[in-house]
Amino acid sequence: MKGMTIIVKKISQIICPVIFMFGLYIIVHGHLTPGGGFAGGVIMAGAFILQILANGNILPKLRKEEEGLEFLESSAILGFLILAGLGLLLSGGVVFFANFMEKGVLGNLISAGFIPLENIVVGAEVCAAIATIFIALVVYKDEVKK
Amino acid sequence: MELYLIIILVLMILGSIYSLNASDLLSAVISYGIVGFGLVIAFLLLQAPDLAIVQVVVEVATLIIMIATIKNTQRNIPKMELKPKIAVYYAITLIMALVFVLIFDRATGCLNQFGADTMRMAQPYIDGAADTKSANLVTGVVFDFRAYDTLGEATVLFTAVIGVLTILRIKGKKEEKK
Repeated sequence: MKGMTIIVKKISQIICPVIFMFGLYIIVHGHLTPGGGFAGGVIMAGAFILQILANGNILPKLRKEEEGLEFLESSAILGFLILAGLGLLLSGGVVFFANFMEKGVLGNLISAGFIPLENIVVGAEVCAAIATIFIALVVYKDEVKK
Repeated sequence: MELYLIIILVLMILGSIYSLNASDLLSAVISYGIVGFGLVIAFLLLQAPDLAIVQVVVEVATLIIMIATIKNTQRNIPKMELKPKIAVYYAITLIMALVFVLIFDRATGCLNQFGADTMRMAQPYIDGAADTKSANLVTGVVFDFRAYDTLGEATVLFTAVIGVLTILRIKGKKEEKK
């Protein structure tokens, strides 16, 4: 896949950080406003996909990125399980996903126990998954040609 | 509001019928997008912004991935010939549709009417979600006492990625190092 013209490249360079920040906002504010880990993760993956579509595939860079994303995905789902296990341990072995942190005041950014942490972990997992699928579609085809 | 919903649903049905019959795969995928984005507006009309956000971003990503797949493979469908038994196929389709409509009517007859009060099921969830001190009740339900479902969803996504990587990777990682 070739890259596009310089106009598309420059505009995607300007827009991509904004999209990424918006995804982070959706994830971090998941327990206050509509959205959450899944929606924010896919928005962040959209920033990756936009960059790849605009700049074309620079193979060595993409391969390194893909390895990092695979690691991020596996460790994120492991972190989700660890959070669940911590809830099991700290609640005295009764509830698997027990909310073991302090709950705080309704409506604050740091509130609702470990729900924000779960949002961040799930967001990382979804972002890595969608971006990995797209990179796999792009990279492996060109590997065969060489 | 129901009028808008009916208009959008009719548009979605028309789009899916076109995408079934299109001979060009690219136009089939694009008209399939009508279904997804119509669903977004339907969710917004039914006051479910959480689902609408997820649906709109997933739809965009899905369309991009589908178009990338079509660009890497082929655009035209090889034509299938169904001539000898075409009447049989139509008859089977009609009978199955009739049976489906009858069973659907029978099954939904005992449910509440569309938009009726269903708080008997929902009220315990709402009370429980208020206890989690999460201002967004949907997140309170999904990530606290329905967290098993979220774990299942994340596992399904993980498994899908592993499957895609396994099928698409032709060169192994060990061969690269040689």
